[in-house]
Amino acid sequence: MNNKVCNITFGGIGGQGVLKASEIMGWAAVYAGYHVKKSEVHGMAQRGGSVESHVRFGRTIYSPLVAEGCTDYLVSFHRDEHDRLSVFLKPGGIDLIEHLDDANKAIESPRYLNTFLVGVLSAKLDIKKDCWMKAIKTVFRKEFVAANKKVFLDGWRLGQK
Amino acid sequence: MYDSGLMATKKKSTKAFLSGNEAVAYGAYEAGLKVACAYPGTPSTEILECLAGFKDLDVQWSVNEKVAYEVALGAAVGGVRSLFACKHVGLNVAMDPLMTSAYTGISAGFVIVVCDDPGMHSSQNEQDTRWVSIYAKLPMLEPSSPREAKEHIKEAFKISERFDTPVIVRMTTRISHTKEDMLLARRETAKTAPLDINVEKYVMVPGYARKRHALVEKRINKLKKFAEKTRLNKVEINDKKLGFITSSITYNYIKEHYPDASYLKLGMSYPFCDDKIREFAKTVRKVVVMEELDPFIETHIATLGIKFKAKDESFMQGELTPDLIPAAVQGKVKKVKAAPKRPPRLCKGCPHFFSFATMKKLGLFVAGDIGCYTLATLPPASALHTCVCMGAGVTFNEGLRKAHPNKKIVGVVGDSTFVHSGVTGLINAAYNNAKGIIFILDNNITAMTGGQQNPATGLTIRNEKTKKLNLKKLCLACGADNVDVCDPTNRDEFNALVEKRINEDALSVIIAKHPCKLLR
Ligand SMILES: Cc1ncc(C[n+]2csc(CCOP(=O)(O)OP(=O)(O)O)c2C)c(N)n1
Repeated sequence: MNNKVCNITFGGIGGQGVLKASEIMGWAAVYAGYHVKKSEVHGMAQRGGSVESHVRFGRTIYSPLVAEGCTDYLVSFHRDEHDRLSVFLKPGGIDLIEHLDDANKAIESPRYLNTFLVGVLSAKLDIKKDCWMKAIKTVFRKEFVAANKKVFLDGWRLGQK
Repeated sequence: MYDSGLMATKKKSTKAFLSGNEAVAYGAYEAGLKVACAYPGTPSTEILECLAGFKDLDVQWSVNEKVAYEVALGAAVGGVRSLFACKHVGLNVAMDPLMTSAYTGISAGFVIVVCDDPGMHSSQNEQDTRWVSIYAKLPMLEPSSPREAKEHIKEAFKISERFDTPVIVRMTTRISHTKEDMLLARRETAKTAPLDINVEKYVMVPGYARKRHALVEKRINKLKKFAEKTRLNKVEINDKKLGFITSSITYNYIKEHYPDASYLKLGMSYPFCDDKIREFAKTVRKVVVMEELDPFIETHIATLGIKFKAKDESFMQGELTPDLIPAAVQGKVKKVKAAPKRPPRLCKGCPHFFSFATMKKLGLFVAGDIGCYTLATLPPASALHTCVCMGAGVTFNEGLRKAHPNKKIVGVVGDSTFVHSGVTGLINAAYNNAKGIIFILDNNITAMTGGQQNPATGLTIRNEKTKKLNLKKLCLACGADNVDVCDPTNRDEFNALVEKRINEDALSVIIAKHPCKLLR
């Protein structure tokens, strides 16, 4: 494991499953053996307001929040929120916004957007597939695991391109 | 619904990915906790929800924080380890028992977990609870991460029993809602202490309380000595040119920017470890005190005659986020950025919206308080005109009418909030012959905080059936002249009812009953 810290910022609006997405990410990094911190917001903000979640993993993590201009990967669920959050992106960081339209087209229902986008993200990260699969199994209720694994892999394929 | 027990009991040490709140729950469980009580409140709610997942614990949503505090304290006086959790403003409601419990002490460990909300992500004010520790003369611990939260809770139970005192553990939103990987441990077993009669300790009449006060002062001196030795206060000597004295999440933010500096991190923020602080200040060339919100550490260190730098007072407002650290450390004035965040709003089809549409149509002045319905202040509803604290929807109707007896003023309160602290206001209104309409927006859940049960839903924290509070009978018993139950989504019927009641010289309650959209 190298010393590098990986910073990921997820953002969208309440009800889009942003926290579930960062939860999958967090668990995958835990299964890969990293020290992981993930921040989220609960309560009032979730009532249709802006929702943002940061995941940081590496050997030692101090702050759970990514500082502006430091995010390696920006995962936006909504165009408006993307505009707000793009200040987090570091120069040369990877912005997944170009995949948002494709993602929305590819999924059967908006509730799969989170898993799909995490699939896209997974193609860019050095975390083994079985960690992701274990993460999905941990995060979703039994009856939803199979469907989410499928959606995740669809996303992963898109991310490969 | 959490199934916390599953993860904890499987193996000797299991890896988990827990939020700070969940870590508090697991830490308390591992420490042999028996009883936990709370009223929900962001950012503290998940502590009890997680604890409820441990089937061998006695866990309850209480009616309000004062009640929760007293039941939990009673359990600790009775002899089992217990915990009370709340958000910062929740502690205000529990202050009465808190202040005197500092005198009585306990028979088994008692821990108060309070979650502050710097930045007011979900709150009506930004109060810094650390001052309570000075005011109540109670020890306070401040974890800086979820991992530490689990450790600090266990330590808090030890301190509580060793020094015969309630212990406050102060969290903030960022710690409560950050998730971190950590190892779980086995649950400790704790025996129940016998129920001895000890009136000099537990009956706080003046004669006994005077003696207890003397013990409180002695205890704080003992705790000062403890603070000097405890590993909760951590010294890291690196580059001696720059040394930070800090606490809580701020420590982690500074570490990102100044990894080579020296640190004194106060995990026990009250009482202070004066010798350790002096020693640290002597060791480093420049001392910088960095803390979120109020100058709590600063104010104390100034009394020690130590020279130090601190943040400009403009940083007393809002979260001290990682981006702000360099400017704060350099003593600059805070630059306020207006982040165009999407504001929260009532969900599509929310039953509250219908109630407010009627009030707006009739041009009513609406005294409100806190719940999802507070969002009716904002457009498009734009129909709620005051909000100070829970329960004030009822009492503000009475107060405002004293200034404007002939205006069409009404009060609004949610079902959970009515039970929390609205009912006393209604009794007061009846007793003092106040008039007007009190709307109880009964969506059959405590929605704002994510959907918790309450006495009016008839279900417990574990979703088990219990005695259901009959709001209508309760309001009649309080002395309301009329109590109507009406579904606000039946617009015509609801409009007609409100129009009729607003023109009567009476104290009326309208229970606007329609389930929350988020209920499955
Ligand atoms: C003293 C205090 N405790 C807790 C809270 C957090 N809180 C705000 S509103 C609320 C309850 C809202 O429930 P309800 O009255 O049923 O209204 P709803 O949100 O369902 O519309 C809670 C727990 C608070 N603001 N103040």
